[in-house]
Amino acid sequence: EIHIREPTEKEVNPHLLPGELLLCEASMVYKYIQEDGSNRGTYGKLVCTNFKIAFLDDSASDDNEPQFKNKIVGENDITLQCVDQIYGVYDEKKKLLTGQLRKYPEKLIIYCKDLRVFQFCLRYTKEEEVKRIVSGIVHHSQTPKLLKRLFLFSYASAAPNNIDGRNQTVMFDTLEDWRDELERTKGNVKYKAVTTNEGYKVSEKLPLYFVVPICISEESILKYDHSFLQIWCWSCHNGAALLKMSAFPKEQDDSTSQTQKAFLDGICKTISKPPYELLKMDDLSSSLPSLQDIQTAYTRFKQLFLIDNCTDFWATDVKWFSLLESTNWLEIIRRVLKKAIEVAECLERQHTNVLLIEESATDLCCVISSLVQVMMDSYSRTKSGFQSLIQKEWVIGGHGFLDRCNHLHKSEKEEAPVFLLLLNCVWQLVQQYPPAFEFTETYLTVLSDSLYVPIFSTFFFNSQHQKDTNTSGESLKTQSGPFRFLTVWDWSVQFDPKAQAFLNNPLYAEKPRPDKSQRKSMRFKHQRQLSLPLTQTKSSTKRGFFREETDHLIKNILGKRIGKLINSSDEPPNSFREFYDSWHSKPVDYHGLLLPRINGPDIKVWAQRYLRWIPEAQLHGGGTIATAAKILDLMEQVQSLQVKMDEEHSQAI
Amino acid sequence: MASSSTPKYNSNSLESSSSKRTLKDGTNWEQNEEIPRLPGETRVTDKDVIYMCPFNGPVKGRVYITNYRLYLRSVENDPVVVLNVPLGVISRIEKMGGASSRGENSYGLDITCKDMRNLRFALKQEGHSRRDIFEVLTKYAFPQSHNLLFFAFLNEEKFSENGWMVYNPMSEYRRQGLPNERWRVTFINEHYGLCDTYPSLLVVPYNATDDDLKKVAAFRSRNRIPVLSWIHPETQAVIMRCSQPLVGMSGKRNKDDERYLDIIREANGQISKLTIYDARPNVNAVANKATGGGYEGEDAYPNAELFFLDIHNIHVMRESLKKLKDIVYPNVEESHWLSSLESTHWLEHIKLVLTGAIQVADKVSSGRSSVLVHCSDGWDRTAQLTSLAMLMLDSYYRTIEGFEVLVQKEWISFGHKFASRIGHGDKNHADADRSPIFLQFIDCVWQMSKQFPTAFEFNEQFLITILDHLYSCRFGTFLYNSESLREKEKVTEKTLSLWSLINSEKSKYTNPFYTKELNRALYPVASMRHLELWVNYYIRWNPRIRQQQPNPVEQRYMELLALRDDYMRRLEELQITNNSKISNSSTSSASPSQMMSQVQTHF
Repeated sequence: EIHIREPTEKEVNPHLLPGELLLCEASMVYKYIQEDGSNRGTYGKLVCTNFKIAFLDDSASDDNEPQFKNKIVGENDITLQCVDQIYGVYDEKKKLLTGQLRKYPEKLIIYCKDLRVFQFCLRYTKEEEVKRIVSGIVHHSQTPKLLKRLFLFSYASAAPNNIDGRNQTVMFDTLEDWRDELERTKGNVKYKAVTTNEGYKVSEKLPLYFVVPICISEESILKYDHSFLQIWCWSCHNGAALLKMSAFPKEQDDSTSQTQKAFLDGICKTISKPPYELLKMDDLSSSLPSLQDIQTAYTRFKQLFLIDNCTDFWATDVKWFSLLESTNWLEIIRRVLKKAIEVAECLERQHTNVLLIEESATDLCCVISSLVQVMMDSYSRTKSGFQSLIQKEWVIGGHGFLDRCNHLHKSEKEEAPVFLLLLNCVWQLVQQYPPAFEFTETYLTVLSDSLYVPIFSTFFFNSQHQKDTNTSGESLKTQSGPFRFLTVWDWSVQFDPKAQAFLNNPLYAEKPRPDKSQRKSMRFKHQRQLSLPLTQTKSSTKRGFFREETDHLIKNILGKRIGKLINSSDEPPNSFREFYDSWHSKPVDYHGLLLPRINGPDIKVWAQRYLRWIPEAQLHGGGTIATAAKILDLMEQVQSLQVKMDEEHSQAI
Repeated sequence: MASSSTPKYNSNSLESSSSKRTLKDGTNWEQNEEIPRLPGETRVTDKDVIYMCPFNGPVKGRVYITNYRLYLRSVENDPVVVLNVPLGVISRIEKMGGASSRGENSYGLDITCKDMRNLRFALKQEGHSRRDIFEVLTKYAFPQSHNLLFFAFLNEEKFSENGWMVYNPMSEYRRQGLPNERWRVTFINEHYGLCDTYPSLLVVPYNATDDDLKKVAAFRSRNRIPVLSWIHPETQAVIMRCSQPLVGMSGKRNKDDERYLDIIREANGQISKLTIYDARPNVNAVANKATGGGYEGEDAYPNAELFFLDIHNIHVMRESLKKLKDIVYPNVEESHWLSSLESTHWLEHIKLVLTGAIQVADKVSSGRSSVLVHCSDGWDRTAQLTSLAMLMLDSYYRTIEGFEVLVQKEWISFGHKFASRIGHGDKNHADADRSPIFLQFIDCVWQMSKQFPTAFEFNEQFLITILDHLYSCRFGTFLYNSESLREKEKVTEKTLSLWSLINSEKSKYTNPFYTKELNRALYPVASMRHLELWVNYYIRWNPRIRQQQPNPVEQRYMELLALRDDYMRRLEELQITNNSKISNSSTSSASPSQMMSQVQTHF
């Protein structure tokens, strides 16, 4: 039985952004409210634009404005990139809709990448409109697209952006940014920023500017295969550095491989000798799950949260834990966190450089290097520090967001939630050590949502090169010249100040600032407190999880698969356990090294992200947000008291 | 071996006053501290042993045994390893190895505790060295089996608050607005003549005479007749509790019982049917007919609707907890944590209990219907359901004192058999009567407090403390099976109440996030998606698992509260100073921004 609210005559129009065009629409669409599995819902108009699919509620009033609201993407808006899958219901049967349709469904179910589920009944809609809206939605959200057809470009040309969205986020698109980072981490003694790739002479995959060991000459960068380049990520306070390198091409003709070998040999020898630390390598493709594994796990995992009705919800409830386990997603998070601890141990305690190896070095390398920095560098736990880190390792670092998110529906094979994996891992740390982070879990949740909002360039290119070549506007007939894209880090685009308050952690244990005017010098200062009391000054190279000595490894590296040589850490070696246990037996220094707890009970489901849209799982008046709201309230009280006191003070003087 | 050595905060220790800094596995690492002793506690014996710590390996030490506790101090470790265990938590003492056993540390004692851990001590093999310690431990850990008094009767502690004053049944019923024109207080059970496991004071329908009650008692298991637990202030719908009707195989009926239930239904002017919740699974209820019990059949009770809540019996719960211990102690199951957890069914049982309580609460509140709750005897599952439903409906029970009242009322006074379920001072560790029903209840409360972090006045430490003293026998609160027995043993005169300890130090047990809300029904989500294993209780002995204590968010919030109060005070001072126009600004030493940096809080 359907309880129908009388449709009203009120004309509702979609709110369009600059550059947004209405493509098709249908009225008398009935949207189900999934509260109780009954057929309750509301009538409205379903529209599709070049940016989003939106449901416009006929009877909507502005009274129930939620406290936390996104200005760009409303409650009933789905950006085209946020659509995960669309199902049509024909005679109670669900069928996946992908391309051309012969028959039009009576019900449309849209599963979103941010885990919302929309159900629209089309039974009362005119047939013509049904055809147009269904094929429109499927076409615009599910079929391959050209990059230039992304809303990003329409928006950028229609809304020239003059805001400097940088805030304090370091974008790493200039040489200075890299030099500052080297200086900040004191890596500048042994590493240098190079300009060799200006004009992308060396590689289109590499960023315009990057950092390499000082011993590598610019000529040699041009001369040799760039995939051998050891690219600097970060330096630890003790001088040990985290480096990354693309894996070696499997097939090579002998003459090249000999010169390559000699070259690599030379570099490795140089940088494993003083003043450089010993070098240890870790082939992430053999010591971590593959991208395919990650994609499979996440696909299964997210399925557990895309729930059609409350019957499904309760039917899966009893077996919840084993269902969760069978997805393997939490286990992958655990393994990634563990790997990050292992790398941190090498850097921190063994004083060794760690070289992460992965084909292309833009996926798991990004995850591990980011996590290591979040754990070891308290600057990365501030909001601007974390954003700078994402810029450095992911955006400029060349993570293929476009392909990994499959924004253009080009190939499902390339799809893998690598960035989401990072956010899930960081969330584990945030919930284990809330005072250590300047941002909240809500920040991470909205950041994950922003992956699908194509008005920011941040997550819509595969590389800096791709962005640069598409920014110039040459190929486009518009005279708007170079595009100025928004960056996601300008949170005021999506949220008003009140909502932004939820992104900041009021209980963040900020370091006392000696002098506010000297921001830069403060940045260096935090380094000093990073160190953990060392149990041994220099451990033997035989210990640890990279058992092979570097030289030996180099000799074998070409021709054979290196994966076999580097231990894949099936058994945690003692030094890891010792490092882990010893750290956990001491009180936590929120500004120092932070190691996640990784036992079974410690790894949790990111409830805010995954359960927020399921009505049955709502904790009305409860949940972590209840505490957060209390804290914000108290914060406001304290602030207003502060203002009053200042007033009284000035009166007194 | 982990080089864990620095003392770490732990608020989870069994002891409070004497040991401030306890390490994660219940061992204290302290130096130069006297062996703690409560007033009335006497030393019995001591001996050199090796404590086989499951996490950090063997520890050489000296064990001291008093009439209240087992206390161990290491002799070589730096810092000192300390173990401080009330003898009440001991469930079983076993000898391991024989005089001729080979291998290092293979000869000694293995002590199973009721609080999810085992203690192993190795002793020297020569000269029957463990015989005396075994005997002393057995004697004092199981005083009931040795004609000795519980330590609670010897305890001479003094507290500023008297916990025995917390619960007065008459004032609790008055708080609920009782008696009124439809409900009356009866003294029929004053000398426990009607029912020896019920309290002396009962609330029953005004229209039922004491004579009626006696007739109903004959038809209810152990005479536990339906009586009022709680009345909804607006709907006037009530929660009634009782035991199963004595239907038996032949399907006996009792006109008085049938009429009595109708009187209950009519008491709030209700036209719809009376809802009966039978906590048991349907099959168990049927099976109970064989032993004379059963449930309210449709024919006999046409004005009642019966629902089964599928909660299993005490034996199932005991086995479930045993399985849980297997996967968390001493080591946490590594590879398949989630499926192992699922296979214990512990959280599934929690879910069923909470689901049942939600149904009860919802029926009374939204359904505006009176409900009758029972299981078999009405002292285990029934107590869980009524008390949890009351916790959901009545915000008073979510305060520290209110919760004490709730426990005192629904559990202690209504005859939850604490002595049998816990086995206080009793050596029969395999007694089939033992079961973690009360623990399960506290777990449910914890789940609710986790889901609604601002709704409860008490914190996690409060719940842990209650559980610790459920076993410790330091207080009289949980001793004996019924009010009548407690009266006979003069418990309130001769022992102290646990609430004395708690109420004398309330701030320690207060949740800083608590927001007082009146009359707000609180329904937890009884879904596995939100239920969690209570790690801080069940896995608290494992140094690798324990969470940070005290909770850092709570602690920082309290710092902020203190700062606000300080600002308010200083602002007031400033205003006074300004108003009296004595502009002497030197009175305040620190500027607000300086204050802020002291608590290192970001704005």
